[in-house]
Amino acid sequence: MSTPYYVAPEQLIKDKADYARKGIARGRSVIVLEYVDGVLFVAENPSRALHKISEIYDRIGFAAVGKYNEFENLRVAGVRLADMRGYSYDRRDVSGRSLANAYAQTLGTIFTDQPKPYEVEIVVAEVGTEPNEDQLYRLSFDGSVADEQGYVAMGGQSEAISNALAEQWTQGMDLAASLKLAVRLLGEFGGEAQRALEPSQLEVAILDRNRPRRTFIRINSARLAELLT
Amino acid sequence: MTSSGGMLPPAFLRNGSPSFADFLADLAPDLLTARLLQSTIDTTHLAPHGTTIVSLRGTFGAVMAGDRRATMGNVISQRDIEKVFLADEHSMIGIAGTAGLAIELVRLFQVELEHYEKIEGLQLSLDGKANRLSALLRGNLGMAMQGLAVVPMFAGYDLDRNRGRIFSYDVTGGRYEEHDYHAVGSGSFFAKSSIKKMYREDISAEQATAIALEALYDAADDDSATGGPDLARGIYPVVAISDSSGVRLLNDDALTPMVQTIVAGRQRRPDGPLVDLEGQS
Repeated sequence: MSTPYYVAPEQLIKDKADYARKGIARGRSVIVLEYVDGVLFVAENPSRALHKISEIYDRIGFAAVGKYNEFENLRVAGVRLADMRGYSYDRRDVSGRSLANAYAQTLGTIFTDQPKPYEVEIVVAEVGTEPNEDQLYRLSFDGSVADEQGYVAMGGQSEAISNALAEQWTQGMDLAASLKLAVRLLGEFGGEAQRALEPSQLEVAILDRNRPRRTFIRINSARLAELLT
Repeated sequence: MTSSGGMLPPAFLRNGSPSFADFLADLAPDLLTARLLQSTIDTTHLAPHGTTIVSLRGTFGAVMAGDRRATMGNVISQRDIEKVFLADEHSMIGIAGTAGLAIELVRLFQVELEHYEKIEGLQLSLDGKANRLSALLRGNLGMAMQGLAVVPMFAGYDLDRNRGRIFSYDVTGGRYEEHDYHAVGSGSFFAKSSIKKMYREDISAEQATAIALEALYDAADDDSATGGPDLARGIYPVVAISDSSGVRLLNDDALTPMVQTIVAGRQRRPDGPLVDLEGQS
């Protein structure tokens, strides 16, 4: 009878984390940032159908990088949770915080219990009625949550982009300025060489605090081209 | 309901249908209205009853309007109830019948449409929406058999066919597409007869609104369960308009002068506008 291999728990966790990190780093980046009228999501995503950014509820948006089937699974679960909570209580009782909590618990459990962790990183953004009420939660593959201020970058070159955002992002930027900043940084750090991204390569959406009820809107190519000039 | 603590239950993460009602039926059937009362008594008089809804369509799209009265037997239980709602960005729903069940049905229908749109990333077709309403209504059949019936009417702008469309329903969930106009509720006979005399296919949204308001006035004139415009309290019918740009409720600023014109007209001629007898002399 052969002795089963012993793997130290530290090693096991480290291996899983490295595996997940590698998977996430392969993908294109996504930037989520606050602007004067709400929250802006910018992703480099040539697909029209497979979204990285989507609506969860009236004031809550979702962005993800990593493995599509895994974050799509989480997105659908989030829509179900939000709709169910809003239906059984009231629309105002659906909060980004409780959704972030549910995601954190789910990702944490999957990370420890399953042989393969989810290779995803997600952002749950909630737009408030005032700029200082906006909230960005960044969730990692192991279930850790960070409450971010102002901006988040995820995916391939997230560190470089985050550093650049730390220098260049300021509170109270308007939509066009923050969009230009995000697109420029994705072009600068997202690929091997510096590129200028076309509207057709981008997926962009906003949570606009001035809209009644459902604040999430996608920005189509025509409007995008207009904002980027 | 899930606790906010633990992991999301497997049902949330399962690959399933984009229908919110199906999801609820699986996971939390208690959140859906009771399917059948365990009694044989007639329950009709126990709950408020909503009354007349009218809808007209034209080349612009469709208009839906409802009076504001709810009754329990001979008592007016509410004078400012709302019975016409926006279903989503391109359609509207009006309800007659047992108010509590009807309003719950509307809430479920609204979430159903939004849920599909968010999960699938695109809107249902207008026929798809109308069919979903049938399915939800069928869930209420048991209650309807005991006198707590809900009769909705659904209308909207069909973006594929570029025109307004109206759907009516019976308590079994039967779905029927109406040509041009329809009315439901206790005053519907009077309202429909009124529309019949004024309707033309080439009406504008404003004309359709005026015809709908006249029809509700006529319904209130002859049906005690339908309320007329209440000028003293400023309570007017709820009017929703659906066209290619979307659906909206008319606000009081737009509605007040229209209602005032109609009431002034009725002071001159209580039976309403005279219809031309074409070809007769």
